[in-house]
This record gives sequence, structure tokens and C-alpha cells, in this order.
Amino acid sequence: MATLEIKNLHARVAEDDGEQILRGVDLEVKSGEIHALMGPNGSGKSTTSKIIAGHPAYEVTEGEILLHLEDDDFGDLDIPDDVRTWNLLELEPNERAALGIFLGFQYPAEIEGVTMTNFLRTALNAKIDEREELLFGEDEEAEEEEAGYDTSPMEGNVDDGEVGVAEFQKLLKEKMELLDMDEKFMQRYLNAGFSGGEKKQNEVLQAAILEPSIAVLDEIDSGLDIDRLQDVSKGINALRDEQGTGILQITHYQRILEYVEPDHVHIMLDGKVVKSGDASLASDLEDKGYDWVREEVYEAA
Amino acid sequence: MSSDQDHLKETDTEARFEFKKEQKAAFAAEKGLNEETIRVISEDKDEPEWMLERRLRALKQFQKMPMPTDWPGQPDLSEVDVDEIVPYIRPDVEVRGGVDDWRDLPDDIKDTFDKLGIPEAEKNALSGVGAQYESEVVYQNMQERWEEKGVVFMNMDQAVQEHEDIVKEYFMTKCVPPSDNKFAALHGAIWSGGSFVYVPEDTTVDMPVQAYFRMNSEGMGQFEHTLIVAEKGSEVHYIEGCSAPKYSAFNLHSGGVEVFVGEDAHVQYSTVQNWSKNTYNLNTKRAIVEKNGRMEWISGSMGSKATMLYPASILKGRGASDNHITIAFAGEGQNIDTGAKVYHNAPETKSTIESKSISKDGGRTNYRGLVHIANGAKNSSTSVECDALMFDNESTSDTMPYMEINESTVDVAHEATVGKIGDEDVFYLQSRGLDDDDAKQMIVSGFIEPITEELPIEYAVELNRLVELEMEGSLG
Repeated sequence: MATLEIKNLHARVAEDDGEQILRGVDLEVKSGEIHALMGPNGSGKSTTSKIIAGHPAYEVTEGEILLHLEDDDFGDLDIPDDVRTWNLLELEPNERAALGIFLGFQYPAEIEGVTMTNFLRTALNAKIDEREELLFGEDEEAEEEEAGYDTSPMEGNVDDGEVGVAEFQKLLKEKMELLDMDEKFMQRYLNAGFSGGEKKQNEVLQAAILEPSIAVLDEIDSGLDIDRLQDVSKGINALRDEQGTGILQITHYQRILEYVEPDHVHIMLDGKVVKSGDASLASDLEDKGYDWVREEVYEAA
Repeated sequence: MSSDQDHLKETDTEARFEFKKEQKAAFAAEKGLNEETIRVISEDKDEPEWMLERRLRALKQFQKMPMPTDWPGQPDLSEVDVDEIVPYIRPDVEVRGGVDDWRDLPDDIKDTFDKLGIPEAEKNALSGVGAQYESEVVYQNMQERWEEKGVVFMNMDQAVQEHEDIVKEYFMTKCVPPSDNKFAALHGAIWSGGSFVYVPEDTTVDMPVQAYFRMNSEGMGQFEHTLIVAEKGSEVHYIEGCSAPKYSAFNLHSGGVEVFVGEDAHVQYSTVQNWSKNTYNLNTKRAIVEKNGRMEWISGSMGSKATMLYPASILKGRGASDNHITIAFAGEGQNIDTGAKVYHNAPETKSTIESKSISKDGGRTNYRGLVHIANGAKNSSTSVECDALMFDNESTSDTMPYMEINESTVDVAHEATVGKIGDEDVFYLQSRGLDDDDAKQMIVSGFIEPITEELPIEYAVELNRLVELEMEGSLG
């Protein structure tokens, strides 16, 4: 179990006179829960997701993002007591990923020349290495230096604890079957030439491989037809049910929430979470739009 | 020796490229270039009179021709002082002409190649490796089954003796004459070593033929000559790798490559070069392609202070084709000026050029290309694609694709893209657990993938590792 805690988060675009986008966001997501974060365009939903993952384009001006780790977060690891709570704002994006944060992108990058298999195995091993270094302070590089290279370029450097090619293929096959993905995917280049639906499915696959504690999925439902929406939703539910991942589902529409049923729904307006409730809040939005929330909030103020 | 061995095990990849051997030379020509030096080299090699004459003619050409200075954006060659170069060094070992068993090589030379991973390539049952150390080929191996078919792969010096008629016909006569450019003339005067490959009619050599060149001494030049003659209907893939450790004085590498692609023949010439950052790499490489023949140039240019290299194909016969894939990487203080030249001199000829360059830390890459379509080369087509990837705002990349089209019924396409490594791409990979360096490296290795996929696995791994080292800035 892990808990992501966002407290009074203020942020702006990281350039001279950058626009203030977040004005005090509060949110708490625990492993195993599904949260929907809804709101009109420009309310700050995507910005929130990017800041959680550590995007350099934004500057946090106030508030904090904490990640609390429970002992059983990483299976067989005993996490030392003194490193159970992390301030994500002090960490690099890859360090956040290593501690179990995952961001599913609305528009994932296309990387030519890098096969899916190569990418995913590299990412998984990088994550495992970094996690050990963060939690136990082991300096991987020093270890590598000690081990040295074999003289043969074919054999590469000696490194135990890596997920080997065969082991990884097996893992990948399992996960892809789970998501009904075609094996042909694996020899394709990362997102290059993927359809919108394939890209979204690929984001979910990556979360299934990397097994994060908390996955923030940024409008993963946009541009999907109904069949693909169901596939992607099935994958998201599996993340929660099989891996206990906590999901922060960012969306405009209630549609995906018919398939991925949220435990909590939050509404963002003008850089703040202004209202939270259960799944019924999403249906209210569907019926009445955002205006009534706006009215309610500003009347109260 | 044993402490040396222990050390060897512990060194990392960087050291594999950087280290240099204390090598006692048996014979080194005097610094600088004059007729006397040429005579000494030729005599030491026991060459026939006609070769000495060609050398001396080339020397006269060299002395007459001016240094290239007026090309737009060309690398600065003012430091290249031929009087400071030792043009010829023969290693002090009894291996002249090459040994054919790896075990017969002296330990120190074996060590050098061991560090470079060459024996591994050999162990992996490749068809042949010729290794040049300084100016001489010290190791050469060709599988017997090719020899039985009449395929020849040997040291160029040896070929002058043993295949005099072929060499006399083709050596710097029709393809790269010394008058071509100043460095071709220099090469013609003081060339030494290199590879000779002869493939008889209708013979397919289905494993790559490989050579490895290494420049180990300070302030020397390396001027190996490669001559490939592929007769009608034959097929061969030749691969060369080159490297030089770092020294304080400058080095000059001025190789010459001549390829003759017969009718319906197919030659692939692949090279991965990694020169030390004080090397001037000024080469002339050219192929003449007969009717329906196919020439492929695959090259990765790493290292060097300045490189000027434009492999050329002359499509002489109807239906001849050419394919160029080049990649250049320039870091701090480096200027890699490379590209391709294709002359469409017959109808229905076809060429494709794909050039990729990477620059970082103020490095400079140029693509300099020339596609010439002669009057009468009807229904020919060419496609040129240049992609440049830059790491920062200090690095530069220029594209100079000259096209001379003298025929109207042709198909010409040119496309160029220049991009900085995208922050969003890097962030995407970082969010998946890769650190900043690894993310950039992954993007670069994807960028050069079209090259690596064309190479045998050992070279692909080596190229990727070289890029990795360049990106870390740890390669000297």
C-alpha cells in the first residue's frame, strides 16, 4: 500500500512571467482505489498529472506532494522505516517512477528505432536498479565498475538481478494476453505509427509491466471508439484488481467511468479541486454540465 | 605481462579504446615527405618499378595541388602539416605480410586487438579478418572454402606481389586517380597496407569479409588502400573498423578505397570508424558500378578532430544502383564533414542517400552531398534524406545537398529535417524510469538504428557502445 498526498499545490509555467495554473490543489490517492479527476478544459487537470511525474515545464510555487510507502509495496522488499515518506518534488522523474509513480500520457512520445521489447525491458531494469539505490543506498555504478566488462562486447557487463531477456519475454506475453494485445506490437517501434487507440493500450501495458503503486492516467479515454474504450478500461481495472494499483483517472467525460467505476470523483475548476464525492457526482455532471458546480462554488465564496 | 592481463580484465570499455602500447618500430620513415622517403618505402616493400613510378607521380601531384580552403563551411585544415607526419611505420615483429593463425601473433599486438574485441569477432566464425597495425597488416584469415572458389582477400602490399596484373590494372587508374584531390595524391604517394578483395564471376561470398585498422603511434599517418574487384554476377560484403587512441600530436588518416562493381554484381562496403580526437580523417572512397550492379555504402563516422569524407558511386551502366547510409557524430571541438556523391551516367540508374548526424557540446556536422544526373541518364531516380539531431543550442548542423540535373525525365526527391532532442521525448522515457542520460542515449540509438540494423551484430554492438561513450563524453 502506498498513499499519494497532494497538499495545497500551487504551480506556474516555468518561464519568465509564466502563467499561474494551479491554485491550491488537495488530493489523496491510495493504492487499490480509483479516483476520477474531472473538470473543463484549462482547469489544471493535465498540469497536475505532469507535476506529479516531475515535468520540467512547471514550477511549484507552494505546497507539496508526498508519497507514503507501506512495507509491502514492493513485494519481497523490507522498506527501511526512515525512507517510508518521500517528498516527490525533490526527486527526478525517473526516481519518482522507481518509487511507484506512473503517468499515462494523453499524447505519448513516438520514439523511432527503439523496439517496444527493448524499451520495456530497459525501463523495468532501470526502475529496479534505481529503486534499490533510493531505498537501500546501493550505488549501482560502483558495483558495475567493480564487475567490469567482459572483453567480449557480446557478453556485455556483468550485472546480477537484471530481468533477463527470456524472463522478460514471458512476463510480457502474460501481460499482453491480459490486455488482448497482438504480439506483433513488440517488434514495432515505441508508439511510432500507432493509432490513437494502440497508443492508449500501450500506456496501460506499460503500467502493467512496471507495476506502479499509483498510476495517473491523463485522458486515456480521449479519441477511443467504444470497443477500444472497453479494452482499455478492462486493462485499467486489471491494474487495480491484480496489482493493487491506485488510479487517478483524469477525464472530461463520464463515459469511461461506466467501465472504470470510481470510488471517488473530484471536480477541478480554475486550478483547484472544488468538489469531491462518490460516483454519483460524475452522473450529475453528465446531466447538468459544469456550470452548476461553478455557480455553487462561487455563490458559496 | 600477468599484471598487464589483470589490468586488462578490470578496465572498462573506455580504456579498451584509449590505451596505447609501447611499440618499438622496426622501421620508421623519416618525418615529412620527399622523393627519398617514397623510394625508401617502396624499396622496403620490395615493390615493382611501376608502383614506385605511380608513387612518384602522385607525389608530384600532391606538391602541385593546393589545400582545399574555399569550400563553404569546410573544416579547418591549417594544422595539417605533412612535414610533421611520419608516413610509414612497420611494427617490429616478424609478421610482414600477415600471419594466418591468431596464436602466432606477438602478445602485445594480440593484447591490442583483444581489448578491441577483435578475436571475439573472429571466434564467432566470420569469414575473415585482416588487421592492420600501424602501416602493416599483421593478421589475415580467409576461410578455405572461399579460397577454393578463387576469392582473394589479402593484404594490399602482398597483392602487389601476388596479383600484380589485377593491381596494376585497377590501382588508382580508373577509379581514384591521384589527381582527384590533394589527399588522394598524398595517399597515392605514401599508401601502405590495406585490403585487396577479388571475387570471381558469379561467386557469392555470403559472410562478411572484415578488416580492422589501428593507428597506435603518435604523429603518424595511416594510408591504407582498399581495392575491391567484384566480377560480373558476384556478391560480397566488406567491413572495416578503424580506431586510434589519443595522443597529443595530431594524426592524419588518409585512406583510399576503390570498388569495382561488375555487371549484376553487388558490393556492400560497411565501416565503423572511431578516430582519436586529434586525427584528421581525410579519405577518398569511390565505386564504379556497371550495368545492373548494386553498390551500398554504410558508414558510421565517430571521433576525429575533422573528417572530410564523401563516398562516391559512379553509376556507369544502365540500371546500376547505389544506396548510401551514413551517420556522423560530432562532440566538442569536432567537425564532421561528410556526405555522399553519386554520378548518374547511364539511363535507369537509381540512388538513395540517407544521412543522419548527431551533434552535441558545440560539435559541428555537415552533410555535403552531390547528385549529378548526366544528360541522357533517362528515367533515373534519386532520393536524398538528411536528418540532423542536436543536443543543445551550441551545436550546429548544416546541409549542403548539391544537385546537378541535366536530364528532364528523372525523379528527384530531397528531404531534410533538423531537430533538437525533444524535451517531451526525454520526459516520457524518464517517467518510465530511465535517467536523463539513458533516455537521451535511447533516443540516439533509435536514431541510428537504420545503420546498426545493416551491420553484423558485433559491429552494431560496437557502434552502440561507441555512441554511448560519446554521449558520456568519456571517449578521448
